[in-house]
Amino acid sequence: MRVEIRVGGFGGQGIVRTGLILAAAACVYGDKNAVDTASYGPESRGGKCRSEVIISDGEIDFPKVENPDILIIMSQEAYLEYVNDLKENGILLVDSDLVPNQKKDLKAKVYEIPATRIAEELGNKIVANVVMIGAFAAVTHLMDVNHLKEAIKSNVPKATIDLNLKAFERGYEYGKSLLKEN
Amino acid sequence: MTEQRTVLTGKHLMQGDMACAEGAIAAGCRFFAGYPITPATEIAERMARRMIEVGGIYVQMEDELASMAAIIGASWAGVKAMTATSGPGFSLMQENIGLAAMTETPCVVVNIMRGSPSTGQPTEPGQQDVMQAQWGSHGDYDVIALAPASVQEMFDLTIECFNLSETYRVPTFLLADGFIGHLWERVIIPPLEEIKVVKRKKPKVPPEKYIPFKPDDDLVPPMANFGDGYRVHVTGLTHDEHGYPRTDDPEVQFKLVQRLCEKIRKNAEKIIKIKELMLEDAEVAVIAYGIASRASISAVKKAREAGIKAGLLRLVTVWPFPEKIVSEIANQVKAIVVPEMNYGQLVREVERAAKETPVHFIPKLGGEPHKPDEIFEVIRRAVK
Repeated sequence: MRVEIRVGGFGGQGIVRTGLILAAAACVYGDKNAVDTASYGPESRGGKCRSEVIISDGEIDFPKVENPDILIIMSQEAYLEYVNDLKENGILLVDSDLVPNQKKDLKAKVYEIPATRIAEELGNKIVANVVMIGAFAAVTHLMDVNHLKEAIKSNVPKATIDLNLKAFERGYEYGKSLLKEN
Repeated sequence: MTEQRTVLTGKHLMQGDMACAEGAIAAGCRFFAGYPITPATEIAERMARRMIEVGGIYVQMEDELASMAAIIGASWAGVKAMTATSGPGFSLMQENIGLAAMTETPCVVVNIMRGSPSTGQPTEPGQQDVMQAQWGSHGDYDVIALAPASVQEMFDLTIECFNLSETYRVPTFLLADGFIGHLWERVIIPPLEEIKVVKRKKPKVPPEKYIPFKPDDDLVPPMANFGDGYRVHVTGLTHDEHGYPRTDDPEVQFKLVQRLCEKIRKNAEKIIKIKELMLEDAEVAVIAYGIASRASISAVKKAREAGIKAGLLRLVTVWPFPEKIVSEIANQVKAIVVPEMNYGQLVREVERAAKETPVHFIPKLGGEPHKPDEIFEVIRRAVK
């Protein structure tokens, strides 16, 4: 099993960190293999930003994503750029508040998560990416929740661990509620 | 300093550059001089922090000429020393790389290759400095260069670079592409006692009997560091076994240059490391290194599924070039496929060794590595 994940948004949203958390959960805290690559512009905030993670039970020979099985999208620009790369019947998680214009006939399982809004309710929109990771965990069942939590703890500043774990739980609950609706 | 801080034993998610820095520390490197450059900056960044923790020295130099000079000096003072750069800095280092070769100074130079020539593509990976690694400085000398294909190998092969550099007293290169340098993967760092580290070969004779550049049977002279109590004279001029300039003696020049080359060539079989995949019955062989070898694995597996007897020779050692091994494979297969992230470099060595066997080259420029399908297509056409 080889699963390709692409995360897209803009600089400052924790797109790169999201990739690192998913990869660490898989290959450091879990016993799968993982690779992670990131690409971003010279700006630290606001520029185009992408990270790609491959998770596999076996060896990962070619370490680049070709057609993602799962897309996590946190900006309109990233949506337009990557949505057509998604595999048919793949999974799309999208921060719907940030992506007002979506394709209607997309052949994918689409989960709309108002991640930035939920993060703001928790007190800081900076944890929107972790809300997305929570929703990802709930709708994909790809990874162990405890492994993800361990990876979050080791990847965020100590003072923000509680806030991030809360963000994860909220995202997870939201993801679960979407599954029930379907 | 606790051992835990020195060697970060355990399982980590690391970027290739970070793993390289940790490999250097595990190998005993305690001096880093460098000038940050994309995509090698993360090595300098980590060494700046880690050298303090392990009791070493980090110097940010004014440029790469000085960086190379500084690690030569540090090595003669008895410390394992390294610098890290990318293409533009590697060019600036060439004069002093020649000095390191001529003075037989153990040192490690990491080159995280990016798109070039000139300043080229700072943030994009390439494999365009492969010939420069062997032929970059003027004159005849042989070097050792290793090409990692994973983050684990960024750790393992950096240690190996130090070991080879100390064993053969030669500047040794970790020749990684920017893709592997910036890739994040799991690294398993073993306990300190399981890490094999080669110690410098010191003179076994008292100071008055020491002849500093008189080689042993392996063609490598034992090395006394400055301050060990031995008289040592070090020069880039042609020198005799005592280390003194003898620039007008053709025989001294011949013997010296011959030994600089032969100490690597004669020991090539001990130095060279390769990895084989499904080559036993192969009719077509892919020969690749670094990131291009990762896509090649996928391509070879796909070819096998399609009923094509394909195999892969992955070059861990790029220099000395595994000529004999490539010749043997060329005798066995109908065709060879070489993907490189350049416009044709190591493929020339492959062609030389392959003789009559046709060699299909797949160039790649721009930053995106070869896709498995691109290599698969050439494999398919090669056996038609």
